Amino acid sequence: MRYFFAFLLGFALLSLTVFGIAGRRGTDFRKPPLEIFDDMVRQAKLRPQVPNSFFADGRSSQPHVPGTVAQRIGGMNNDTWQGTAKNTGMTPGTTNFVATIPVPVTSALLARGRERYNISCLPCHGAVGDGNGITKKIGAMPVVANLLDKNAIVIPDGQIFQIISQGKAPNMQGYAANITIEDRWAIVAYVRSLQRARFATLDEVPAADRATLK
Amino acid sequence: MSDIFPKWTNKLPAMVIVGGLLAGGVVTAGVTYYLTPKYARVGYKPVQPVAFSHAIHADQLAIDCRYCHNGVEKSWYSNVPAASTCMNCHNQVLKDDPKLALVRESAATGKPIPWVQIHKTPDFVYFNHSVHVNRGVSCVHCHGPVNKMDEVRHSKSLGMSFCLECHRDPAAKIRPNDQVFNLDWQAPEGFAKKEGAKLVKDWNVHPGESCSVCHR
Repeated sequence: MRYFFAFLLGFALLSLTVFGIAGRRGTDFRKPPLEIFDDMVRQAKLRPQVPNSFFADGRSSQPHVPGTVAQRIGGMNNDTWQGTAKNTGMTPGTTNFVATIPVPVTSALLARGRERYNISCLPCHGAVGDGNGITKKIGAMPVVANLLDKNAIVIPDGQIFQIISQGKAPNMQGYAANITIEDRWAIVAYVRSLQRARFATLDEVPAADRATLK
Repeated sequence: MSDIFPKWTNKLPAMVIVGGLLAGGVVTAGVTYYLTPKYARVGYKPVQPVAFSHAIHADQLAIDCRYCHNGVEKSWYSNVPAASTCMNCHNQVLKDDPKLALVRESAATGKPIPWVQIHKTPDFVYFNHSVHVNRGVSCVHCHGPVNKMDEVRHSKSLGMSFCLECHRDPAAKIRPNDQVFNLDWQAPEGFAKKEGAKLVKDWNVHPGESCSVCHR
């Protein structure tokens, strides 16, 4: 019996030691989690954006090869390589910006444009496009364009597309890598609607909504 | 015979049973407690190469998640942004700050920033970000309140029982699509029963519980 109690005591001590070292659940720790049987958990396959020694530059996600088009995006219908008005904002074969949006402008496109504008443009240009976004409020950006300004209104639609795609020197960088071509046109449409709304008169507001205005 | 088996051996079977049960119980309890993601992963907060604060960018500046993680609605994984995305602002903001040296270097040379991945499901789990965020499952459900974190911390277990909890009752967690990226959104009283159930029905949400839903 003595041995049994000694065994019990030893066991209790062991449990306490384990608990003392391993601690409670949910405490913060810096070292990578321990994975004991990791042969299936971490398989020898490509995962995106992780180091991988298969490629010479050591990364699993490879950058686009210049001059190629990703087939996965749009499959065989991916025509982003073509110099169409939709892809460049310019009349094909010229450097003239197209005057109007070369895709059908629908309410769905405007709604999409609003959503995309609020994601990518609003931080600087502000919710209504007046250039008073958060970056200006905290004084982080010296110059932010006011999209309701005459300069932004008189330019053709294609030029707005081109500015979204390639940026505007010296401060704004291009968003071609972040926003798809369709979404860029949606944003152009939404910016136009913001400009239109800025110079709307009371008569143009539906009678039912007038009471909500101050 | 008593010379061969002393008297105390009468108690041996009892001791073996009690001791065995005890040892088995403690080992089971220890494994359950320690060898599951709730212990192994929750709380993981690695030191990142650049001290990026989600609390500043996503909460104070109210930048949408998708400004940086711009592939999350189209892709099965939520991408870490390219350094050029950081430079959209940081070509002007803190443009000479030594803390951002790695970002500038990465944008200039294309050398990736060695971010440490925090949330990692096993490789035999095929989780698809786009189907979740396009059907009313918010970032916050799996990643916790990232918009309040200075340093991102693994806050949910992401174990199989965690996934099944929602797959068995999607109405309890689903939200309108325009609130998916609003991590502070709280469902109003009774939302799950009425609007939640309606979203599940309208969107034809059948999360599925069979193995091949998540495992291939």
